[in-house]
Amino acid sequence: MGKRVAIVGSGQTYHKSKRLDANGVELIHEAVTRALENAELTRDDIDLVIIGNMDHFEGINYMDMWSIDGAGGFMKPTIKLTTGGTTGSTLAIAGYHMVASSLFDKALVIGWEKNSESDTTAAINTAFDPIWDRLTFAGAIGGLAVEASAYVDDYGITERDAARVVVRDRKNACRNPYAHLRKEVTIEEVLSSPMLCDPIKLLDMCPRSDGACAVIFASEDVAEKITKTPVWIWGTANRHIYSYINDVNFHGLQSLKRASKELYQKCGIKEPLKEIDVIELYQPYSFGGLLWLESMGLCKDGEAPQLVWDRVTDMDGELPVNPSGGVIATNPIGATGLIRCAEAAMQIMGRAGGHQVPDVKIAVSTGFGGCMWSDILLYGKEKPRW
Amino acid sequence: MVRIMEKIAIVGIGMTKQERRKEAETFSDMVFEAVTRALEDAGMTIKDIDNIVTGCNDFWDGRTISSMAVGDASGAWDKNISCVEGDGTFVAFYGMTRILSKSYRTTLVTAHSKGSESVSSLITNAMFDPIYTRPLGLDAITSSALQARRYMGKYGITEEQCAMVSVKNHGNAKNNPYSQLPMDISVDDVMHSRMLADPIKLLDASPITDGACAIILAKEETAECFSNHPIWIKGVGFCADAYHLGDRDLAECKSLERAAQTAYRMAGIENPLKEIDVAEVYDAFSYQELMWGEGLSFCEKGGGGRLTESGKTKMGGSMPINPSGGCLSAHAVIAAGLIRMAEAALQVRGEAGNRQVEGVKTALAHGVNGPCGQSHCVWILEK
Amino acid sequence: MNRWLESVEPLVYESRIKVPYTWSVGETGSRFLIELRDRKKIFGTRCSKCDMVYLPPRKNCSRCFSNLGEWVELGLRGTLITFTVVHYESPAMPIKPPFAYGIILLDGASTGLVHFLGEVNIEKIKPAMRVEAIFKDERIGDILDIRYFRPL
Repeated sequence: MGKRVAIVGSGQTYHKSKRLDANGVELIHEAVTRALENAELTRDDIDLVIIGNMDHFEGINYMDMWSIDGAGGFMKPTIKLTTGGTTGSTLAIAGYHMVASSLFDKALVIGWEKNSESDTTAAINTAFDPIWDRLTFAGAIGGLAVEASAYVDDYGITERDAARVVVRDRKNACRNPYAHLRKEVTIEEVLSSPMLCDPIKLLDMCPRSDGACAVIFASEDVAEKITKTPVWIWGTANRHIYSYINDVNFHGLQSLKRASKELYQKCGIKEPLKEIDVIELYQPYSFGGLLWLESMGLCKDGEAPQLVWDRVTDMDGELPVNPSGGVIATNPIGATGLIRCAEAAMQIMGRAGGHQVPDVKIAVSTGFGGCMWSDILLYGKEKPRW
Repeated sequence: MVRIMEKIAIVGIGMTKQERRKEAETFSDMVFEAVTRALEDAGMTIKDIDNIVTGCNDFWDGRTISSMAVGDASGAWDKNISCVEGDGTFVAFYGMTRILSKSYRTTLVTAHSKGSESVSSLITNAMFDPIYTRPLGLDAITSSALQARRYMGKYGITEEQCAMVSVKNHGNAKNNPYSQLPMDISVDDVMHSRMLADPIKLLDASPITDGACAIILAKEETAECFSNHPIWIKGVGFCADAYHLGDRDLAECKSLERAAQTAYRMAGIENPLKEIDVAEVYDAFSYQELMWGEGLSFCEKGGGGRLTESGKTKMGGSMPINPSGGCLSAHAVIAAGLIRMAEAALQVRGEAGNRQVEGVKTALAHGVNGPCGQSHCVWILEK
Repeated sequence: MNRWLESVEPLVYESRIKVPYTWSVGETGSRFLIELRDRKKIFGTRCSKCDMVYLPPRKNCSRCFSNLGEWVELGLRGTLITFTVVHYESPAMPIKPPFAYGIILLDGASTGLVHFLGEVNIEKIKPAMRVEAIFKDERIGDILDIRYFRPL
C-alpha cells in the first residue's frame, strides 16, 4: 500500500477583481469543468472531492456542503480543508495523501475565493486571538511589514531590491492569460506607490482577486492512462508553527526553513538552486520574494537580492521563480496555494503556454498564510523511486 | 470496487467532560486537555506523534483560520499539520489517509467546539444559502424539523417513538461521566417539553455544549509497539448528498446508505444488526437515531420506529445504540463525531465503565456534516 | 493550576465579528430575482439530459454537470412537501413566532423551494396541501419578494 500520485490535469478561472456575473458555486464549476476537460475526464470518473476557501471571506458555513452542485461532489465523498492562506497548498497536500492511501483513484481538489464579497482586512483580523492579538493587529500587511523591517535591519536590504521582485512577477503575468493583473510595472512606479505599512507600499503587495482553481490527482494505477505527462508528487512538508503573532521569530521564515529542509531530505535534493528547475512561490509581498528564497536554502542569508539582480530568478534564468506572475499578480486566497501547484504542474507537463520555462523536470510550489505558516510540495517529471 | 485497507488502529483516546459552559477554558485549553489524555492513554509523548490533523470550524470558533487557535495545544510545533473543517469523523478519515499514504506512522486527530461562546442559531443559519434560504432565518432546528415532519409523515413514525430515543439516551448518559445531560425522563416528559419547531420539542433536541476530543491513530507495527489494546479500523466510508433542502426527499438518507455500504463492504459486514455489537450514532435530534438507523440498514426503510420500540437498541438489547448518551445528551459540534468514535473504541476495548456493553467485538461510529444530514461518515471498529 | 483558578474570577471578553458581505448573486440567480421583482414570476432552469427542472435555478446540473441555459416559467402554485411551525425566537429569524416554514414543490419544478407559509391556520397545515405564492407589493429583487405561500 502507499501509491505514488500524479497530477493529471488542472483548470483555473480567469482571475479578476470582481466576478459579479457568477456566485461562488458557479465560479467553482468553471474551474472544475476546465480541469475535467484538461484531463479528459468526466464528473463520473471522480472518486473524491476536496475543497477549501477561507470561510469569513464569503461568509458561508459548511461551504463544502453549499457548493456541492458546482464542485461535482453530489453523491460522492466530499471533504473540506482550510488553513488560511495556506489553504490551497494544504488542499494539494490532502489530494496527495487521500490518493496515496489507495482508497481513491482520482481526487478532484478545488480552491477558490471571492474576495470581492467581503472586507478582506476585517475578515483576516478575525484570524487572530481575540484576547491577545486581535485588538492590536493590523491585518495581513502588519505582520509582513514587521518581517520586512527585520530583514532590512538585519541585512540592509533596500526597497529597490524588493521592487525588482515585483517587476519580474508583473512582467511574467503578462504572458499568463489567467492572471489578474496583466500590466508591467517599473521599479520607480513601485517605489512611488502609496505607503501602506512601512516599508510595504501598494505595489509591493498582492491584489485581492475572485477566482477558482481545480487540480486532479490520480493514483499511479491510472495516471499514465489519463495523460502522457503525469506530474509526480515526490514529497510534501509543512509547518504551521505559531498560534500567536507575538511568538513569531521574524528573522527568516522559520516555517519555510524547516519545511523545505524536510522536503529536500525526503526527495534527495542536496543543492536546491541547481536541482530545482522552477519555483512557484506563494509570495504575497515583494520582500518575501527575497527573504524566503534564503529561507528555502537557495542562497545564504542576506544574499537573495544578488540572486534576483543577477536575473537568476527571471524567466530565462537558472531558476525561474513565479513564471505565472505569482501572487503579486493574482490572489484569490483559498485558490492561491493551489494555483501555485497547478502552475508548477503545468510547467512539468509543458502546458504553460506563453509562460513556459523550457525543459522542466523538477518543480516546487509553496503555500504561505496564517501566522507565518508554510507548506511546500515538490513535483517531478519522473516517477519517484519511493 | 471494494478497497482493502492496510491495518490502522486507534491507540489513544482522550476527551474532556462535555459541559454547557467551560468558563475557565479556551479552545486551546480544551484541546490540550484532550490531547494530553490521549497521549497518556497511548503511553506516548508528543514526540511519538508524526503528524496532526485538527478539526475546527471558523464559524463556531468565531475566527477565520480557526486551526490557529489550537496549534500550540495540539503539538503543531515543528510537525506536519493540517485541518479539516467538518465533523470529527471526517477529520479522522483524513488523519488515517496520512498514515495509509506511508508518510507517517502516527496521526493525532483533534476536534473541538465551544457552543457556549456563540449564538447557535446564527452559526447554523450561516450554513444556509445567503440568497435563497438564509434570509428566511432557517437554522439547524427549523431545518431538522422540516426533515422530521417529512420522515414521520412518509413512514408513519410517531412523536412517541422519537421520544423513546430521548428517554433511552439521556438515561444512558447517567452511566457516562463525560456526558453533559444524564437525565431520568419519561416519554411523557418529552411529549410535554417546550415545543421548538414541530415536531421537535426541547427534549427531542441536543443541547449546546463545550467539549473536545483527541484520538491517536497508528499503523500496525507502531500500534503493536505502543498499545496492548489497539482498536482496528475494519471499514470506513463517507458520502455527501445534494445541498438545497428541496433537492432531496428529506425522508431518505441516500448518502448515509452509500457511506454505510462502503464501510460494510470493506469490513465484510452483510447483516449489520447481527454483526455489529454496539453503535454510536449521531443523534442531534431524536428522530435522527431512527432515520440514520434505517440508513445504516439496522432495519428496513420506515422501520426506525418499530426498531426503537422493540428494545433491541436499549442497553441490554441485542444492539445498543448510544450507550454514551449520544448527541442528545452532549453535542459539541465538530467534536461530536470524534466522540462517537472514541466511545465506540472504548466499547471494543472493554473500557467503557458503567456504560460498557457486554461482549463487544465490533462497533460502529457515525458522524454527520451539513444541514439535515447532507453528508455522513461511517466507521467500523474491531478488536 | 486548577487550585489558584478557584480564587480567580474567570473573565469573559464579549465581542462580535463584523465582516460585511456583498454576495454576487450571479447571472442565473439575478435573472430569477429580477423576474420576482419586476414580473412576479417564478422561473427554474431545466436539464434536459436529466429531465429535471431546478428551483432555485442553477447554472449547472449537479448530476450530469452540464451548463443549463434553458429557463422554464413555473406556475405560482404547488404542493406542500413538508412544513414546521416555529415556536421559538432567534436573532436569525426575520419574523416572530409562531410562524410556519414549508418546502413547496411548485408545479413544473423537480426540486422544492423553502419559504414561509402565510394566511394559514398553523394548527391545520397538512402535507400535500395545495398552495400559491403571494408577492409583496414592494419588491427589491430578493427571495423575500415572495411574502409567503398560502393555501389554495
